[in-house]
Amino acid sequence: MQKVIKKSSLSISENGLEKKTSAKRLEVLKTYKIYIGGQFPRTESGRYYQPVNATGKTLANVCLSSRKDFRDAVVSARGAVSGWSGRAAFNRSQILYRMAEMLEGRKAQFIDELVQQDSTKAKAEKEVNLAIDRLIYYAGWCDKFQQIFSAVNPVASSHFNFSVPEATGVVSIIAPQNDSLLGLVSVIAPVIAGGNTCIVLASETKPLCSVTFAEVLNSSDLPGGVVNILTGKPAELASWFVDHMDVNATIYCENISDTQKMIREKSASNLKRITFYDKINWYTDEGQSPYFIMDTQEIKTTWHPVENIAGAGGGY
Amino acid sequence: MAIAKSSQMIHDFSLSPRIDQVGVEERASRFTKRSIKNESKENGLKLVLNMIDLTTLEGKDTDGKVKQLCYKAMHPHDALADIPTVAAICVYPSMVKVAKKALGDSGIKVASVATAFPSGQAPKDIKIRDTKYAVNEGADEVDMVISRGKFHSGEYNFVFDEIAAIKEACGAARLKVILETGELGTYDKVRRASDIAMHAGADFIKTSTGKIQPAATMPVTLVMLEAIWDFYYKTGKMIGMKPAGGISKSKLALHYLVMVKEVLGEDWLNNEWFRFGASSLANDVLMQLVKLKTGQYQSANYFSVD
Repeated sequence: MQKVIKKSSLSISENGLEKKTSAKRLEVLKTYKIYIGGQFPRTESGRYYQPVNATGKTLANVCLSSRKDFRDAVVSARGAVSGWSGRAAFNRSQILYRMAEMLEGRKAQFIDELVQQDSTKAKAEKEVNLAIDRLIYYAGWCDKFQQIFSAVNPVASSHFNFSVPEATGVVSIIAPQNDSLLGLVSVIAPVIAGGNTCIVLASETKPLCSVTFAEVLNSSDLPGGVVNILTGKPAELASWFVDHMDVNATIYCENISDTQKMIREKSASNLKRITFYDKINWYTDEGQSPYFIMDTQEIKTTWHPVENIAGAGGGY
Repeated sequence: MAIAKSSQMIHDFSLSPRIDQVGVEERASRFTKRSIKNESKENGLKLVLNMIDLTTLEGKDTDGKVKQLCYKAMHPHDALADIPTVAAICVYPSMVKVAKKALGDSGIKVASVATAFPSGQAPKDIKIRDTKYAVNEGADEVDMVISRGKFHSGEYNFVFDEIAAIKEACGAARLKVILETGELGTYDKVRRASDIAMHAGADFIKTSTGKIQPAATMPVTLVMLEAIWDFYYKTGKMIGMKPAGGISKSKLALHYLVMVKEVLGEDWLNNEWFRFGASSLANDVLMQLVKLKTGQYQSANYFSVD
């Protein structure tokens, strides 16, 4: 529908102020761009697609990311690993909490976008609230899961032997297609809570919240490169997500057996950790657990020489 | 030397052409927009690898580090068949002997920096001794720095004489003259310093030591390539070019090759006349070559550091 602006409505009065404000204002539409290394570039390919909702309304022009965007994102993610995993766990916790605060502040916008993407007002509100709570949940776990999952191991020599979880590195994630905000947050949060960095491919048909979530991340003290968000088609990008030698783990959230098979095969090239979250209901308690953090952790075992006091005898 | 004796033959360096900054930067950016197809890319990457002066110029260099780098020079990535070696190893004079021995008869050259690198702030006789020491230790090539302070004070004859004297001290070794463009300030001065170096007997002109930012950039290199072209047009003598510092990605290196080809032509597209001074470029080139072969993006974890 063409919007016509009447010339008269824009006439300026003698003191320089607009006389009339009644004419319908041209809307300033948001450009949905991708998020790489703390920046919002357009896709290098220059391509876009137009997701449509159930009523047939075009949601936006959304970047159709290419494998080169993914490659650039991996470079950013790799560069951010040492800084992010090297932060104090408590600081990571503070930043996740900050993300929740920022999300809370923009609740209305997320609800609005979810409603555009075929949700109802009530369901959308529930989804946003749960997403905020989920960030708080994992913010709490940042400096606690290590204690739960660490172990002091009995060994047959004079060693203090202990095992602790450590971030695996760069994780590529193909986010859930349906729960476009809650699913996205539920897969990103445990990965970064554990000190990893990630590249996420957002829901193809419902990408709006992912880009707005990137804006939340960008104003949450989260260092650039820790979370990189691409929009596009899983069918085109999935093989690159799992093929890249500089990616340490891949998470896939759909129950498509051909893609799962491809991911299993390709991950063998550098022994990626692969995880499928294809049967999880993100709205229930099964959608959150410290075990999700452990899916992208390695276990480091240390042998530290110590005196065996009990066996030392009287000379000790 | 005949040139030095006859004052009429000395070029008036104050007449070096002025450079159109906007034009040069615009033209340099155009070289980055060429489409390179996969087959050309593979050949280009191999050429880049073969043009690299693999460099370690640090206070913490040890014999072991230099030996390791020499091995890397001879065996860039044994998992890949049919790849060339690098052109040369570039080290401090004290490491020349170690490098020479480690490289043996591999055909890889040893380049040594000299003349109180990187500042060049030393008396002429010390610079000459520094150069002779490197050559006597077995250096095939000498990378000298010009006296930027003298250049800025307008003492072009001093700079000219110093380069000529070092050239004489080099004997059979080829001389690369580092202008340290990051300290020169303007393209006009880069052009003038290039003219001085070439007239004074440089075999190569080189942008930077790698210790100063900005190091090599495409516009600066373009100014120097044009100086080389004008010099060749006037005297018939080919001069080599070596951008150094800041070139760590294959893509950028390929842009440089495009620029060399379009400015100077194919005669310069070999390691006799064009070099990259770099330490991390080699691994990026290797990663790209493996990517072309396997179709998989690579990780630095699977390539040797040195």
